[in-house]
Amino acid sequence: MNATRYAYYPGCSGKGVGRAYEESLLAVFEHLGAGLDELEDWNCCGATAWPSVDEQQANALAARNLALTEDRSPNGDPVDLVAACTGCYRALVRAETVLNERGPAAEKLGGALASIGLDYEGRARTRHPLDILVNEIGLDRIREAVVRPLSGVKVASYYGCLLVRPFATFDDQWNPTSMDRLVEAIGAEPVDWPLKTRCCGGSCYCGGPVIGVMPEATMQLSHALLREAKARDADLIVTICPLCQFNMEGFQDRMTKRFGHPHDMPVAFISQLVGIALGIDEKRLGIHRLLRWRLPEGEPATVGGGDHVPA
Amino acid sequence: MFRPEGDGNGHGKGPGEPIPQPITTNGGPKVGVYVCHCGLNIAGTVDVAAVVAFASTLPNVTVARDYKFMCSDPGQELIEQDLRDGLVNRVVVASCSPLMHEMTFRRATAAGGQSPFYFQMASIREQVSWVVADGEDATEKAKALVAGAVRRVALHEYLEPRTAEVRPEVMIVGGGIAGIHAALTLADAGKHVYLVERESTIGGHMAKFDKTFPTLDCAACILTPKMSQVRSHPNITLWTYSDVVGVEGYTGDFTVRVRRRPRYVREDLCTGCLACIDACVHKQGKYTDEWNEGLSKRKPIYIPFPQATPALVVVDPEACIWFKTGKCPRPCIDACERDAFDFEQTETFEEVKVGAIVLATGFKTFDASRMPEYGYGLYPNVYTSLEVERLLNAAGPTSGEIELRDGTRPKVVGIIHCVGSRDAKHNLYCSRVCCMYSLKLAHMVKERTGAEVYNFYIDMRTPGKGYEEFYDKILKEGVHMVRGRVAGVTDEAASREEEGHLVIRAEDTLIGSVRRIPVDMVILAVGIEPQPDAQDVRRMFNISCGAEGFFTERHPKLAPVSTFTDGVFLAGACQGPKDIPDTVAQAGAAAAEALAMVDRGFVMLEASTAFIDPAVCAGCHTCVALCPFGAISFDRERKVAVVNEVVCKGCGVCAGACPSGAAQQHLFTDEEIFAEIEGVLAYV
Repeated sequence: MNATRYAYYPGCSGKGVGRAYEESLLAVFEHLGAGLDELEDWNCCGATAWPSVDEQQANALAARNLALTEDRSPNGDPVDLVAACTGCYRALVRAETVLNERGPAAEKLGGALASIGLDYEGRARTRHPLDILVNEIGLDRIREAVVRPLSGVKVASYYGCLLVRPFATFDDQWNPTSMDRLVEAIGAEPVDWPLKTRCCGGSCYCGGPVIGVMPEATMQLSHALLREAKARDADLIVTICPLCQFNMEGFQDRMTKRFGHPHDMPVAFISQLVGIALGIDEKRLGIHRLLRWRLPEGEPATVGGGDHVPA
Repeated sequence: MFRPEGDGNGHGKGPGEPIPQPITTNGGPKVGVYVCHCGLNIAGTVDVAAVVAFASTLPNVTVARDYKFMCSDPGQELIEQDLRDGLVNRVVVASCSPLMHEMTFRRATAAGGQSPFYFQMASIREQVSWVVADGEDATEKAKALVAGAVRRVALHEYLEPRTAEVRPEVMIVGGGIAGIHAALTLADAGKHVYLVERESTIGGHMAKFDKTFPTLDCAACILTPKMSQVRSHPNITLWTYSDVVGVEGYTGDFTVRVRRRPRYVREDLCTGCLACIDACVHKQGKYTDEWNEGLSKRKPIYIPFPQATPALVVVDPEACIWFKTGKCPRPCIDACERDAFDFEQTETFEEVKVGAIVLATGFKTFDASRMPEYGYGLYPNVYTSLEVERLLNAAGPTSGEIELRDGTRPKVVGIIHCVGSRDAKHNLYCSRVCCMYSLKLAHMVKERTGAEVYNFYIDMRTPGKGYEEFYDKILKEGVHMVRGRVAGVTDEAASREEEGHLVIRAEDTLIGSVRRIPVDMVILAVGIEPQPDAQDVRRMFNISCGAEGFFTERHPKLAPVSTFTDGVFLAGACQGPKDIPDTVAQAGAAAAEALAMVDRGFVMLEASTAFIDPAVCAGCHTCVALCPFGAISFDRERKVAVVNEVVCKGCGVCAGACPSGAAQQHLFTDEEIFAEIEGVLAYV
């Protein structure tokens, strides 16, 4: 097996709210012979609320990570940086786009990088792990590696807003399918639904729908997603965004109370589901960190219910 | 262009009067420089007085003046008077561009008693004031261009204006309502028309519609009589199922090559009785019926619709069993009483000579699947407006019933405006017809089904005779109008009422909230786009397209049906989105302009033909092979190439290719061009 290694950008969520995502990604990539090496001295990607205050400064943060990535390949070859969180992914792609347009904004970013002794030559390219899994490692290789096909499991793939917007880099902007194809490759059954890229409300929470800035709007949006997935007989929702996962999984009891509609829908990372199909130990996939988890064979939930409780 | 018959103001020369001879004596060239203000177009940026002062210092310049509008009668009179007074014998006008007014000033020069070619233009509007922001820079550039023109015009030679005969026949490309109307207008005026249509019938989009706004008269009732007139008119040669594959020649004498595709049925024998269609081994239609926008199936042998003109059947070789396998009893042949079948038919070519060409190649509708958020192709009950036109049409797939794909009648219908139009991601322009046809569809759907109809619009655009009144009538009929762009169409049900319906999500900007409206049927008011092969057509006829792909008229206001290629005219939506009244008006205008040209019988030709200096020519033959008009022959005795100036069109290919500089072109000789360059550079 070819041992491609990628530079890996975990972002803050990879170390916090999306720890299970990082754990499962590292395990799955390792299992498929494609290692992820954490970028040394990485910094904030500049997503969060900063771009709406000062886009230039936010881009400068992302640009530093791209410049650091190029240092990994001193021989002048192009080099990929895998960003797991879609917020980070979008932020890094945005900075990359600005830099590659080589306009006045890129000049300013170049100045910022120069002030810390770095530069960006246009060699570092931001990649999403889903892109790597589907288009580089490939579905055939994944299909061959499956030891526990998840036949009969109905999976609604939720892509969230940022993966394909505003930059549709490797999938369709309105009807992305890469996760669905991956779900199919591990033997499960993709659920066709119209809300694949509808906002989960994560962008207006900043601290959770209960204590966040717009709790009502957030709850409404997440509720619509969970209700529709259920209406289409999904056994679980999988996603590739730590914020979406947290947001949809974490407040189901509150939503049940608020909307009078019983919610009990497992929401996992696609990497966790792939890991299970590949036969990787659940512990290494961070399954124990999920609040609700079960597969339809009637396996007991590893963790039973409850909400994230704000401190 | 210089007209020997004068300019209509009593100036100028009749064809019989002697044309003045070149200036060789009386002190050489005396150049008059006339700098135009063009209102503030030039004077707002360029310091006109400084340019005039500068020009008066240039060698050979005897007069330098400025005027607010040189193209106006008093402006031209300045030039003519100076010429008549003998103050000047060569003219430089620094103003707009040759495209705009070169002819005007050549005429004025002629009217003043000099050869029209003793004139040179310096473009200080398009090339200076409109594009140079800084006033000082602009003034300097204007001076440089004037200096170049002054040097050049001193070398202009005396040239004989030439005319060419114009053939009386006209070719019309495209048999929609624009082509039909233009063809009938010209044919009624006694000109022979070749009408070429690539579909198997004429009629175009209009023949697919049920009714037309704002009068709601039936499209077929007003169109089909004109279609039959085309068919029976003695002055019209109608070639359907045919395409133009080549155009050669120039204004007044085009040679057009037309490919006629095989129908496998002889046009001279088929009477359109349709007995063969009934007899076909396919008992049911099996293949996508393009005429019905794919809403029904046709047989391998078919006629698009009952009033198709010409009423001839077509065999689709992709579908016909005989063509696919060679094994079919071919009951169609037996059914034909006229022995019209010819399965051996192949494509044939016709070549005709025409004096003018009218392009009426029409449009295509926006492909709704490019906006997946509206669910076209994903949800079966999302339709395009053209599909609904076919549903409404009595000759359509449902005989005029509005039925969903499962055969039920919709109770609530949503019409989404501006699909693909007024959208930075697709087409920025307004398609002009969608508001009105959406209102028409709203009326028709409501009338036929009694359904509640919602229109989702950005702005209502109803300029036109009787259009606003029509809008008012539809409002009074109780059609719901929601002002806001639709975000999406979904089958996600947020409430019990929405279950089993499509939901249109839109912001209602008049009540300031987001609405979700469950409907049974969505109609997408798709916009108008250029034909997919508009670029090929453009290249073939040597005309230009705007950024959006519609053919460019010569002037948006004053020459709306001419193109930059003389003798090629535009009609209908190939020039830009248009409704039927405007299309017919424009087709009439294009026919009238073509008629004016062919009826006069001659056109003036550019005098700038090529010539070859026998003292320099090395006899290499390069130009002989390159000349696209066969105007260059080789004189074996003298071993030099010779240009036949009658045939030469002045394209300049030989002058550009000649390795020794022997081939030159009048008004573009090396001396003239170098003098102009030197003039510009000497100043810079």
